[in-house]
Amino acid sequence: MNRLVDVDRADDLPILPARYTGRWVAAGVVLVAVVLMVYAAFTNERFQWNVVGQYLFAPQVLTGLGRTLMLTGIAMAIGVLLGILVAVCRMSSNPILSYSAWAYSWFFRGTPLMVQLLFWFFMAALVPTIAFGIPFGPSFFEIETNAIISPFTAALLGLSLNEGAYMGEIVRSGIRSIPRGQTEAAQAIGMSRAQNMRRVVLPQAMRVIIPPTGNETIGMLKYTSLVIVIGYGELLTSVSIIYSRTFETIPLLIVAAIWYLAVTAVLSIGQYFVERHFERGFSPIRPAREGRITSRPAGVHVSSGHATLPAAVPAVELERLK
Amino acid sequence: MNDPIVSARQVRKSFGHVEVLKGISMDVKAGEVACLLGPSGSGKSTFLRCINHLEKIDGGQLWVQGEPIGYRQVGNRLRELKEHETSRQRASVGMVFQQFNLFPHRTALENVVEGPTVVQRRRRAAAIEEGMDLLERVGLADKRNHYPGQLSGGQQQRVAIARALALKPTVMLFDEPTSALDPELVGEVLDVMVSLAASGMTMIVVTHEMGFAKEVGDVVHFMADGCLVESGDPRQVLEDPREARTQAFLSKVLA
Repeated sequence: MNRLVDVDRADDLPILPARYTGRWVAAGVVLVAVVLMVYAAFTNERFQWNVVGQYLFAPQVLTGLGRTLMLTGIAMAIGVLLGILVAVCRMSSNPILSYSAWAYSWFFRGTPLMVQLLFWFFMAALVPTIAFGIPFGPSFFEIETNAIISPFTAALLGLSLNEGAYMGEIVRSGIRSIPRGQTEAAQAIGMSRAQNMRRVVLPQAMRVIIPPTGNETIGMLKYTSLVIVIGYGELLTSVSIIYSRTFETIPLLIVAAIWYLAVTAVLSIGQYFVERHFERGFSPIRPAREGRITSRPAGVHVSSGHATLPAAVPAVELERLK
Repeated sequence: MNDPIVSARQVRKSFGHVEVLKGISMDVKAGEVACLLGPSGSGKSTFLRCINHLEKIDGGQLWVQGEPIGYRQVGNRLRELKEHETSRQRASVGMVFQQFNLFPHRTALENVVEGPTVVQRRRRAAAIEEGMDLLERVGLADKRNHYPGQLSGGQQQRVAIARALALKPTVMLFDEPTSALDPELVGEVLDVMVSLAASGMTMIVVTHEMGFAKEVGDVVHFMADGCLVESGDPRQVLEDPREARTQAFLSKVLA
């Protein structure tokens, strides 16, 4: 017998991992390309890195950054709440709620955000005074529209109402991803529709809702720059005010881009932890830590770590029945 | 007190043009274990779901503990109940589903105490103590901190039974509780149901477990094509059925 491998000695043969020469070549190409780009950017004097450094932490820029963050945070918070409201209304059995929610989404998704911002800002031109009172009857007090609509409130109204329409669809997709049996189980233990939504459906739907909401938040961070049209001094407006004076356009746009990138990085990390929180019970993790349910009554002592024999006790009852 | 806990009179239900319940009448007395048997599509699960108003009936009457389910009697008319009133009615009827339907984001114990604390607004410490007793009763006290995804099908179904019992229902509905289980896990769930029956609980069980129906059932109702074909003592119905439809079904199942 002429065998290449002696089968009886096969366990002596070492196992070698496969070789991926192509990967090493590709990595080399990418590395060279990146080094070239970075080198080109840093040696090109027209990028004016010294100006970037000079303005990166300038008070005006930091104020703008603060306002961008505030606008993003508040607009997203309102947007998410509106989104939940819109989704729940849209899926309601009440036809008035359902059609109203649909119409809201249709309108705010169907017109450009910039147009909506301008509309809110110039609302005083359409509606000079806002009156509170009985419809078509006497009014109790009136207020000048211009007194409430500042660049900030116009920006907030425009961004959050627009966001609510998009979040509505995201929340709806999350709610629809939960099997019908969950709602039936909630109903069977006597939960109301609101309790079912709050305690059963939404906590599970969050797994589906979070990733696109992360997208929306990062999108919102940059959409806030649209409020430049109504002159609210957020990050991009702040740098534009500086470069219109100094004509150092490119380095100041780089300053803004660096901050947007930095905040996006922080938000992405935050998203990771939020996702992990709502992964509870879905990933193959260890049992919940002792103490998740607090105030365990004294005297309840249960051994853990080994399986009980569940059939043991009832089997006795079965005997008795016979 | 020998009034029936559940009584149905000519209950009808249609999905679109398909009539799935064509006038079902039956009584279930306190402490009785009633088994609903029949081929799939015969309407037995739908009938069960009507009893706690997961499905609305289109005709006839369905009373649980002297209250019309989903309605309130006003003079000699029935007024449809609002949602929160229906919820209150449902809490006195425990339900166990074929697919368990445990809340996957809550541990076994949290699933069990959800009803008492959220719906009945009882004190959390007391609810946890009772919840532990219930888990002990179904043999799963050591799994209290496990999520449903970490439990076997049989364990999940036993937690689901404990969850339904936590509301202290007067009647328990079982919708094919062992049909989604691996064969070797069926026994542990049936054992829990047997001990529950022995404790005097009123139970309505949709099942394909003929052995359970014969040993534990007080009454067997055989349904086919939306009609109640035959009712009676389990041994009589299963061993010596009167109706041809029942005979045909049993000869297929027991073959």
